[in-house]
Amino acid sequence: MLIKSRTRSALTEAEATPESSYVSRRTLIKGLGAGLASLAVSSSTWGLDLFGGDNGKEAPRKPLEFSPQKRVPDLMLTPETKVINHNNFYEFGTGKTDPAKNSQGLKIEPWTLTVEGEVAKPATVDVWKLMADIGLEERIYRMRCVEAWSMVIPWVGFELGKFLKRFEPTSRAKYVAFETLYDPEQMPGQRNRYVGGGVDYPYVEGLRMDEAMHPLTILSVGLYGKTLPPQNGAPIRLVVPWKYGFKGIKSIVKIKLVEQMPPTSWNRLAANEYGFYANVNPAVDHPRWSQASERFIGPGGLFAVKRQPTLPFNGYGEEVASLYRNMDLRKFY
Amino acid sequence: MLQLAVHIGALLPLLWLVVAINQGRLGGDPVKELIHYLGMGSIRLLLLTLLVSPLAKSLQFGQLNRLRRPLGLWCFTWASLHFCTWLALDLGLDWSLIGGELVKRTYILLGFSAWLILLAQAITSIPALLRKMGKSWKKLHGLLYVVVLLACWHFWWSVKSGWIEPAIYFAIAVCLLVWRRAAVARWARSFKG
Repeated sequence: MLIKSRTRSALTEAEATPESSYVSRRTLIKGLGAGLASLAVSSSTWGLDLFGGDNGKEAPRKPLEFSPQKRVPDLMLTPETKVINHNNFYEFGTGKTDPAKNSQGLKIEPWTLTVEGEVAKPATVDVWKLMADIGLEERIYRMRCVEAWSMVIPWVGFELGKFLKRFEPTSRAKYVAFETLYDPEQMPGQRNRYVGGGVDYPYVEGLRMDEAMHPLTILSVGLYGKTLPPQNGAPIRLVVPWKYGFKGIKSIVKIKLVEQMPPTSWNRLAANEYGFYANVNPAVDHPRWSQASERFIGPGGLFAVKRQPTLPFNGYGEEVASLYRNMDLRKFY
Repeated sequence: MLQLAVHIGALLPLLWLVVAINQGRLGGDPVKELIHYLGMGSIRLLLLTLLVSPLAKSLQFGQLNRLRRPLGLWCFTWASLHFCTWLALDLGLDWSLIGGELVKRTYILLGFSAWLILLAQAITSIPALLRKMGKSWKKLHGLLYVVVLLACWHFWWSVKSGWIEPAIYFAIAVCLLVWRRAAVARWARSFKG
């Protein structure tokens, strides 16, 4: 018999979504078989007025099959148009709307992901084939950016830990290093340091092995029931809900299991501001702003923006705090 | 005529802002966008204000000096909107948070100091006060040289990455101060008595 227990932070969908969009989303997902036309409509509602007539240039997104998340407590989803039009993806520019504008031509098919290093069975996988074969599930997670804004996003993906086990990590694997596509031809930020915010590319990130194997850590291939748009890290990205958003490396091409702590892009750029761990922690300020509270990006306009307290580990402390027992999180920020 | 151009030039972008807010054109995090837009605008107006007298001198076009007051007041208006947006919309008028941020973040303190000076200058820009204050008016309004450095420094320290844009503003500010170094030196000497 399978016994499923739900921890406090596991969100269920009804409470997470304003009812209207919940219903329309369900309808949308139901109608996906015949629904390519409806997708085109839904993606052109809000974001495109921002780009004034860029209509039709948006990269197409495919519907995904996945098991929806069950019920969830009092959180409101960030509208899809905001999730896909407010991004940090410096390879496509440092402004929040730059990625949506500049990334639509990114060639995401085919896409391969190489897993290597301290594994018994290194291999390169076809991400689109993987997406079709692996069992996908919905994970509605809070997302907290280090810049003190937050969203609630319904990701679609699979557990990183289960995926890594396929390659049989050796006992020497202590950390997991991730790497984003390096392709200056396609990514203006990699061609020009000014556009790319002075980051050294390719963008790299890392997790400790136990963080990577934690069931909350996922590789996401979609959001709002469809494949990821390029600006959100298509076709495959990392989501670690208890860490600041910049840990969620986008458009991954390589995962390497290693013995030593790998370098991470933001840590290399400003080590005093962005640590390796980057756990969401209201008690540890960023040097230039307080992390005690955050602006939640939800439905509504300018005057509806709500400032809310930030939760330790972004609300996932019950599940993950034990990973950091005996660690001084002021030092290992 | 020129004055009218200044008023229109400083007001139109604010009207555009109202439209943009109503249409949701400020993106997913409109508060941040708004703060940046207003902040950048006030730095530009500040640089324009400082440009007036050296330009009037080198063009021998004294009429231009009449633009200093409206430009300065518009700069104060934009800076005040920038500050109020931060107070009300970003920090939600949470006074303990505001106080903490002012004390803890040097770049916010720099911006706040710049705004306080602008406030004093805006109040004393009333013609009657100008006459009444005499020499001390010149001392107070010479502080604009300090304000421009504070504002650029505030911008420099507030960006997350990429120093090029603030560096450009800093360079323009320094060029302007160098251009009018004689006036700056005179102002500095006025404190010695």
